[in-house]
Amino acid sequence: MTAKTKQEPLPQAVAATPMPGLLKLLTMLSLVGFCCALVLGLFVAGTDIQQGEIQRIFYIHMPSFFGAFSAFGLTVVGGFLYLWRKSERWDRIALAGVEVGLAFALINLATGAIWARPIWNTWWTWDPRLTSAAIMALTYAAYLMLRAGIEDEARKRSFMSVYGIFAFTSVLVTLFIIRVVPETIHPVIVGASPQNAQGSFEATSGVVIALIPSLLLWLTVLPITLIWHRSRIERRLEAVNRLKMQILSEQI
Amino acid sequence: MKTPFRTAVLAIVNKDLRGEMRSRELLSVMTIFAFLCILVFSFALELDRLAREEAISGVLWVTLIFASMLGFNRSLAQEGDQGNLDALLLAPVSRPAIFFGKLLSSFLFTLLVALVLLPLMTVIYNKNLLNGWLMLTTVLGVFAFSTIGALLSMLTLHTRSREAMLPVAMLPVALPLLLTALRASTNILKGAPTREWLVWLQLLAAVTVIYLALCWLLCGFVLEE
Repeated sequence: MTAKTKQEPLPQAVAATPMPGLLKLLTMLSLVGFCCALVLGLFVAGTDIQQGEIQRIFYIHMPSFFGAFSAFGLTVVGGFLYLWRKSERWDRIALAGVEVGLAFALINLATGAIWARPIWNTWWTWDPRLTSAAIMALTYAAYLMLRAGIEDEARKRSFMSVYGIFAFTSVLVTLFIIRVVPETIHPVIVGASPQNAQGSFEATSGVVIALIPSLLLWLTVLPITLIWHRSRIERRLEAVNRLKMQILSEQI
Repeated sequence: MKTPFRTAVLAIVNKDLRGEMRSRELLSVMTIFAFLCILVFSFALELDRLAREEAISGVLWVTLIFASMLGFNRSLAQEGDQGNLDALLLAPVSRPAIFFGKLLSSFLFTLLVALVLLPLMTVIYNKNLLNGWLMLTTVLGVFAFSTIGALLSMLTLHTRSREAMLPVAMLPVALPLLLTALRASTNILKGAPTREWLVWLQLLAAVTVIYLALCWLLCGFVLEE
């Protein structure tokens, strides 16, 4: 099994490779895009009549969930491709996807709590969607713990690919739970809100103008850029570890 | 030459059942644990009649899922410690056959515990749980837990603290199953009209089929050595 994995030769892998042009472009695009999305959300979009300024947090809250969605989606893709191709690169992308997605999921939970404080008069409530979002974050925390617990490198990679694929069910549950469980108070912006949703607002043109660019940014450019950077770091980390092992074995 | 799929699966199930018949290690631990769990819940929740009707299916499913995790940990630990898993992997048997063998034997054990649990809870909570639809939900739910349990216990077998890792890995993935099974059985127990809970049963079946397909596809990677 170990023989199947392709390993890069040592010296080249440890040295920092120059950043590819596309990655530079993506990094610039994320920085500029993030600022533009903030300006659109904070200044251009109109203030909500009922909720006031706090409603603007929505331009981060919902896109960050979709950012987590696409990062975890990349973990699934990376997992399948690793199992198929046995190339370490895909496993690195899967790991980076989990870390980036987890960060986005935590942003999503934190912004949600901040919004809920004035609107629902509580930081947290055991609403079906809130619960499943928290469990989604816990699932990927479990991924990282499991990963740290497996010692054999090749086994770790294929096991974690399998777990990364399974873990995605928690993302799908979070996405669809407000459509199937009727007693949620979480508002639905796209389509009809559930009967007892509290704090919903209409997706008017003023909302859409700030929401769509932010959503596109968080869905595509931001996760891809961060995952790319993270998997480059992981690649050098692995190379350093291998070099360490090599030196240790030469000493003995 | 490979042993035919059905023969291999039946041989593994047969082996597990025979081992259990002789040692009675797994079933006794699982049953006693489940019984204790129910007692602890009835103390802890201090339920009045109305609250009991709401909580009873929650107690049932949480107990079942904990008992099944206990069973998985023990059963795979036995396989791993005594070198049987390595022998199985060396044998000319397809990987899915090993997976399905373990799945079926764990399913049978957990189902037995569930079948003891239902009459027991009927007595303790004074609410009739011996209902045909509820039994069907239980069988389906237990089977669904067994699919991911079998896969994930093979996965956590090689981790550093495997007994602690299985619940951490399994509970979040089991959430869709727990949610649907819980909704279905709560509504069945309340005596709600069929159309209100049939959809949950169908959802449970759909998730089970998806998980089963994923396990079939991926178990080869978890079982390579």
